[in-house]
Amino acid sequence: MTEVVATNETILVVGGGISGMTAALEAAETGKKVVLVEKRPYLGGRVSQLYKYFPKLCHPTCGQEINQRRAKMNPNLTILTMAEVTGLEGEPGNYTATVKLSPRYVNDNCTACGDCAKVVEAEFDNEYDYGMSKRKGAYLPHVMAHPMQYVLDPRIIGTDDAQKAKDACKYGAIDLDMQEQEINFPCGAVIWATGWQPYDAAKIQPYGYDRFENVVTNVEFERMADPKGPTGGKIVRPSDGKEAKNVAFIQCAGSRDRNHLLHCSRICCMASLKQTHYVVDAYDDAQVTIYYIDIRAIDRFEDFYQTVKAMENVSFVKSKVANIISDKDGNPICRGVDTEGYHRYENPHDLVVLATGMEPSVTKSDFPVDIVINREGFVEPDPANGGVFAAGSASDALDVNRSVQHATGAALKAIQVVNRVACVEG
Amino acid sequence: MSDMNTAMVEKYRNDFLKEVEANVEEGQWVKMCMQCGVCSGSCPLGNAWAHPPQEIFMMIRAGKRDEVLKSDSMWMCTSCYNCIVRCPRELPITHIMHGLATYSKRLGLAPKTQPTSQFSEIFWNNMMKRGRVNELKLGLSLYFKDGFGQGIKNALANQKLGMSMMKAKRMSPAEFFGGHGIKDASGLQKMIKKAEEIELAKLKANT
Ligand SMILES: Cc1cc2nc3c(=O)[nH]c(=O)nc-3n(C[C@H](O)[C@H](O)[C@H](O)COP(=O)(O)OP(=O)(O)OC[C@H]3O[C@@H](n4cnc5c(N)ncnc54)[C@H](O)[C@@H]3O)c2cc1C
Ligand code: SF4
Ligand code: SF4
Repeated sequence: MTEVVATNETILVVGGGISGMTAALEAAETGKKVVLVEKRPYLGGRVSQLYKYFPKLCHPTCGQEINQRRAKMNPNLTILTMAEVTGLEGEPGNYTATVKLSPRYVNDNCTACGDCAKVVEAEFDNEYDYGMSKRKGAYLPHVMAHPMQYVLDPRIIGTDDAQKAKDACKYGAIDLDMQEQEINFPCGAVIWATGWQPYDAAKIQPYGYDRFENVVTNVEFERMADPKGPTGGKIVRPSDGKEAKNVAFIQCAGSRDRNHLLHCSRICCMASLKQTHYVVDAYDDAQVTIYYIDIRAIDRFEDFYQTVKAMENVSFVKSKVANIISDKDGNPICRGVDTEGYHRYENPHDLVVLATGMEPSVTKSDFPVDIVINREGFVEPDPANGGVFAAGSASDALDVNRSVQHATGAALKAIQVVNRVACVEG
Repeated sequence: MSDMNTAMVEKYRNDFLKEVEANVEEGQWVKMCMQCGVCSGSCPLGNAWAHPPQEIFMMIRAGKRDEVLKSDSMWMCTSCYNCIVRCPRELPITHIMHGLATYSKRLGLAPKTQPTSQFSEIFWNNMMKRGRVNELKLGLSLYFKDGFGQGIKNALANQKLGMSMMKAKRMSPAEFFGGHGIKDASGLQKMIKKAEEIELAKLKANT
């Protein structure tokens, strides 16, 4: 059974992405007790699914490694994975949180040797690769997972596979009797860092994401470029495995659109410019087309845009693609009218990447407590939210840089609340 | 109506956008267009337009009054509503196109031989007689709008369609002698006349 020692001076952080980790570490390193609750079996959130970071084109694993090390070294931080906050009651300085813990069926003895996975036969869609690959029913979510422990998929519990996995483990790390558990503990302030999710591309019907295999989203494309991803880092077409050299990016897919997301998702222009590098780096004879309304390379990233713009094999078409059709060879054809001369075009490509936007991952009705959100669905910095502060992309569509800055701010706000409690109680 | 045209030119001399906002149905939406091009690309008749909607909106803002009002582009709109459904800014594009067409016709600027414009007029006059459309006469006036010889050719070419319509009871030869109508056709005519007066007075007040 998991027990959490906490007081009303403890800070609860919900969501263990880059924002939640930052907020939790910043607060814990000032000496506050922090409980970090993450729904997935590992920390890192969506950045762990990115291949490279703009603007430096470095690997996210680097920053993650530093954070994981900070987490391991800090005795003030308690991490709960596969955990969700289901209830939150009380007031600033005096909340009670209810957390549901799902069974991992693997305990701390796990050395990540992988013997369990070898014997298990059942396979499931790999959520880490957005369903583009399969993983075993006993699995390590990804190579840099923290905690570095395997997970048993609940769907194999009660089958032979589960017993086989248990028998294969030399360290007695598999415990098939683990049960779902609900725990309560006090806390003084809450940092809400549940992040974002990609807008459902299938809702943009004219683009046929649900009809054409060679129309993918930008989050899927990150996985395709990653050597650890479903294609081993090869940029190829899902339909026939053919090298995708002629790649189109469609900006504002779902963003800045009153039929979909009202807001500009802010990062997708930069994401496509970054992903253009992936294509150009992969093939000498690459041909990239970026369809856009206007390019918003947020603040000091303008030079990043200029660099891509100067590339010979990259063209920019000022037009929001009206629709996509597919020819008999599976080539998606982008159709529309451009704004620089009003030319009608019908351009075939090997692969189309939809630069889908970010929407909040938790909707208002799913919050365990009354919360003020704005019309885009993100958490507002409203006094009515009491001791609950949003951090990172739960508050707005933000890149990592801004998410981390924002998370540090949220940590300070939470610290102020619990400091007030400490003063009163002496 | 060219008096009104002169008056409008006089009043809005430098600001066609303002003129459109004040006088064209849903004209106040024009400035909301962000020039993404989705409407133009979504139009099934796209190829037939000299200036697709996106371009028309930019031309309005650029003050290209004559080019817009004398254009036959907005007459190409078939009211399929594809553009309205997809516009990220929710502009009522179809309605604006019809608004522009109506306005240009009021001012006497609409292209004289534009078939949609001609058809609209024939349809309207036909319907106003009895409050119902007389399909037979509508067909005949359409066929013969370009002269007798062409009319016979058109009628022969569409013979099969006509026969099918009769079979399906969508058209009757008896329509030739009067035809069906509503109970109080003159009441309807009075109503429409009043509405037209009100509309015209509104336009005049704007000059
Ligand atoms: C295609 C693409 C490429 C990008 N590339 C870059 C880039 O190169 N550089 C850059 O700076 N930014 C990039 N971004 C933006 C970057 O992904 C975000 O800024 C970042 O993920 C924000 O981190 P976060 O912690 O706020 O949210 P997340 O990464 O979404 O983390 C939220 C965490 O909360 C957890 N969670 C959710 N709900 C609950 C719940 N109810 N209970 C408990 N836990 C929960 C989630 O499992 C997750 O672990 C990119 C975005 C996209 C779409
Ligand atoms: S960042 Fe670019 S692609 Fe994303 S919504 Fe804004 S303008 Fe569109
Ligand atoms: S779809 Fe809407 S915003 Fe885009 S060009 Fe057409 S009218 Fe303008």
